[in-house]
Amino acid sequence: MALIEISDLHKHYACGDETVQALQGVSLAIDAGEFISIMGQSGSGKSTLLSILGGMNHPTSGKVAVDGTDIYTLGDEGRADFRAQNFGFVFQSFHLIPYLTAQENVMLPLTIAPMKSDEKREAARNALSRVGLGAKCDRLPNQLSGGEQERVAIARAIVNRPHILFADEPTGNLDSKNSDEVMALFRELNGGGQTIVMVTHNPENCHYADRGIILRDGAVV
Amino acid sequence: MKLHTISLNNLRRRKAKMAFLTIGLLVGIATIVTLVTLTESMSNDIAHKMDEFGANILITPKSEDLSMTYGGISLGRVSFDQKEIHEADLAKVREIKNSRNILSVSPKVLGGVKLQEKDVLLVGVNFAEELKMKQWWRIFGDTPAGDDEILLGSTTADTLHLSPGDTVDVAGRRLKVAGVLEQTGSQDDSLVFAPLKRAQQLLGKEGRITLVEVAALCAGCPIGDMVVQIAEKLPDAKVSAIQQVVESRLKTLDQFKRFSYGVAGVVFFIGSLIVFVTMMGSVNERTTEIGVFRAIGFRKSHIMRIILLEAALVSLLAGLLGYATGMGAAKLALPFMTESKNAALVWDTLVASGSIGLAVAVGLLASLYPALHASRMDPTEALRAL
Repeated sequence: MALIEISDLHKHYACGDETVQALQGVSLAIDAGEFISIMGQSGSGKSTLLSILGGMNHPTSGKVAVDGTDIYTLGDEGRADFRAQNFGFVFQSFHLIPYLTAQENVMLPLTIAPMKSDEKREAARNALSRVGLGAKCDRLPNQLSGGEQERVAIARAIVNRPHILFADEPTGNLDSKNSDEVMALFRELNGGGQTIVMVTHNPENCHYADRGIILRDGAVV
Repeated sequence: MKLHTISLNNLRRRKAKMAFLTIGLLVGIATIVTLVTLTESMSNDIAHKMDEFGANILITPKSEDLSMTYGGISLGRVSFDQKEIHEADLAKVREIKNSRNILSVSPKVLGGVKLQEKDVLLVGVNFAEELKMKQWWRIFGDTPAGDDEILLGSTTADTLHLSPGDTVDVAGRRLKVAGVLEQTGSQDDSLVFAPLKRAQQLLGKEGRITLVEVAALCAGCPIGDMVVQIAEKLPDAKVSAIQQVVESRLKTLDQFKRFSYGVAGVVFFIGSLIVFVTMMGSVNERTTEIGVFRAIGFRKSHIMRIILLEAALVSLLAGLLGYATGMGAAKLALPFMTESKNAALVWDTLVASGSIGLAVAVGLLASLYPALHASRMDPTEALRAL
């Protein structure tokens, strides 16, 4: 059984008097340990697909099953718990919390986990070490470069050992050198068995993925 | 790391905004504390002043005749054949329900006597009780200590050319003038005061009392109730309240209280609005942040706890500082608001705990909607991921 199974997924938005068909009957299966890249032009529905896969955006119709659980049959809070236990997110603009240090940012997902403070700190340090920032635990986000902030965001996404790591345009705000480093890091994480679903508009990033899915006008091409 | 770490770090990071929020609430709390404390202190000051006004309940024999007055109050006709209050009845006054409000009970026996061929009104009093009640009395010489010592009103002393140390015959008994009252501007100036027992003896009224003045002196004393209670204990006496002096002052204070509470209410409402607007602004500013929290699995209750904890901490600080500022302002303003130069500031623990509790309650209430709003944010919209 695939880790993620989506079938006949539709998502419509009301935009004034018009209805925008963001997704039109998307069906997919993603196995555990796969590194998937979702590509498409702006407005193709790739970010919508990612947000639905990530349990944050209720589809108009269709089913999203993660490890056998139809996540949209769970309530709001049930999906929040599911996200906390199974998903990690890397956002395009990093979205680090400006008043928390790198280590505290990484510890965020563990804030609500039933762990001792020492264990949380240890897990955060390990995650930061994995992304090569073990020496910058106490820096605030504004004391880090763009590439370093992205790494902190990745460390935050993997600190709770999620089943699936979702990344939305992870190199969108990085120069080519940092982009390559971040993609290499994703590859390395995937090599360790991490399932990754990445949305990108950069074709070069697809080379790092096992499989590429191209969306056009809300449908898989 | 716990949820409160997020709240504390946010407060530390956004110092200016939090300072604005704290000041907004602080001003409201300080205004309330100042006005409430001023009102309480002024009430206390007035209560203290009322102690100096003397009696405010008068007990006289029931009588159809109204021929003699004392202090502007009709006493009923005083004569030898008139029915009078018995001294034994005095103890009953102390047995009323509100007896703890009674400062002093001052029995008096009145009667006309000849002094150096002149008619004067002799008043038998219990000097200890009388002095407690008439704190404005200033005496040249000494307060009568023995049974054969008397105190003269200033006009009496002038008319009879008597001064402290002189002796005088009253109804066949030689009495010593222990002291003379400084002019009071009241009927006391024309009286002769003698110890109660001696006056009763000289007037032939042993064991009897002409009138009793009761001082029930505090701002909130239920004078009306006490009058009824005394009347029940002494059915043969007429009990009346002397309230006009204090009532005008209490009325003024009551108006000030209403004004204070009105102003405090308005200022506090503005403070609450400031908290609401600032917290709402803060929540809207943190849309992305809240979106991240929700995306990584924070529940709605977690978001609410973060926002409300911040509000509680700021409100607590505002409450503490507001109380201190309010008390400081009250201390500065009190001398200008009272007639007494040494009016005491009332340090009320209820005001302290109440103001801090109120600050936290209002801070939390005003932040409830912003917190709910934050918790209901759609993580996708919050992240603008679409």
